[in-house]
Amino acid sequence: MQRRDFLHLAGLGGGAIFSGALTGCATAGKPQDEFYFVQLSDTHWGFQGAPNPDARGTLPKAVAAVNALPQPPDFIVFTGDLTHTTDDPAERRRRMAEFKQVVGELKVKTVRFMPGEHDASLDRGAAFKELFGDTYYRFDHKGVHFIALDNVSDRGTTLGAEQLAWMQAELAKLDPNAPLVVLAHRPLFPLVPKWDWHTRDGDQALALLMPHKNVTVFYGHIHQEHHQMTGHIAHHSARSLIFPLPAPGTADRPLPVAWDPAAPYRGLGWREVEAGGKDIERIEHGVSAA
Amino acid sequence: MSPARSPEGAQVPIGGTARSAKGASLTRRHLLLMGAAAAGGTLTVARAQAPREIEITAQRFKFTPNVIPLKAGEPVVLLIRSLDFAHGFFVPDLKLRTDLMPGRVVRLALTPREPGELAFLCDNFCGDGHEGMDGHFQVT
Repeated sequence: MQRRDFLHLAGLGGGAIFSGALTGCATAGKPQDEFYFVQLSDTHWGFQGAPNPDARGTLPKAVAAVNALPQPPDFIVFTGDLTHTTDDPAERRRRMAEFKQVVGELKVKTVRFMPGEHDASLDRGAAFKELFGDTYYRFDHKGVHFIALDNVSDRGTTLGAEQLAWMQAELAKLDPNAPLVVLAHRPLFPLVPKWDWHTRDGDQALALLMPHKNVTVFYGHIHQEHHQMTGHIAHHSARSLIFPLPAPGTADRPLPVAWDPAAPYRGLGWREVEAGGKDIERIEHGVSAA
Repeated sequence: MSPARSPEGAQVPIGGTARSAKGASLTRRHLLLMGAAAAGGTLTVARAQAPREIEITAQRFKFTPNVIPLKAGEPVVLLIRSLDFAHGFFVPDLKLRTDLMPGRVVRLALTPREPGELAFLCDNFCGDGHEGMDGHFQVT
């Protein structure tokens, strides 16, 4: 029995399953190996404030929950805002080092990091590169192509001509029918420009992706689940592990939703992503107080 | 980073000397107005056509003022100065934006077409508080 069949039968222990028939990974060629990875996002290590009175406890809870999965994921991705911003370069590095220590408790050791603007915009990614490596890169896993983008190191939150040229060259190497997963911090499409929820030159990235038949984008930044199609490309944002933000366009400003003592950790969470099979499938998990 | 333009707005670098064909036609228009004024007193017309100027200051993490009344159809020129950071100034509904370099005044011309609220915001991440650096034009 495949893991996903088992999860469907078992009701899966706390998560909710969503099938991604939107961008199936079925290819005309050889069958793929099923696998899954975990996405965590917007941990904002170093944040202090009323929106999360357990700011230092929430990420460790998620780490413990991932470690407790009955079958470990093949790898884990963090889609940006690992740390909360600070003007002090030494404090930024201290927060990053502490974050690394916390996520060092993950049993799965293949972990891919992307920067968010809180990590990288004020120093153009300098500290992030020192502690985590490249801010954009590509890798393959069991027949699925992955491309991690950096739409934050430029203060203007652009990908920039250099990265777009790199992206074009990398995509040219790939079979346009092969499944392709794009990872980024900010939405590549104009979700709510008046809240700065967009990527200034994201339209150019999406144009480069259009010839590829099976594209799914996983991103963060907006601290909640959101699912949208641009053409045949599916975009899924992840919940945060620090505080939720209002639903797109529903408030004057994208400021944190107040902590509810009656429902602590509400709106926070992380996800599993089943890939490599016929469909992309998401399994969404909340954060438990236990 | 070059400024965006839209039918409703255009950026004019301060202190620049227009040498383009557009600049030349402006000069000719000024000459015609001056000539008309000398011939019969329409200088007030020339003054009335000069767009109203509105000064805006950008400083972490606010614009001052952040609520600006405008009239539909009235051309205005914004004089925007950043005091501390390379903030952005973005009016999403007009697809109009510019970078604000500290120590320089950016002139941004715009003419709102319809009554309503036009949001503007800093769209260059500027630190802990960036998400609240915004304002709006109240167009009547």
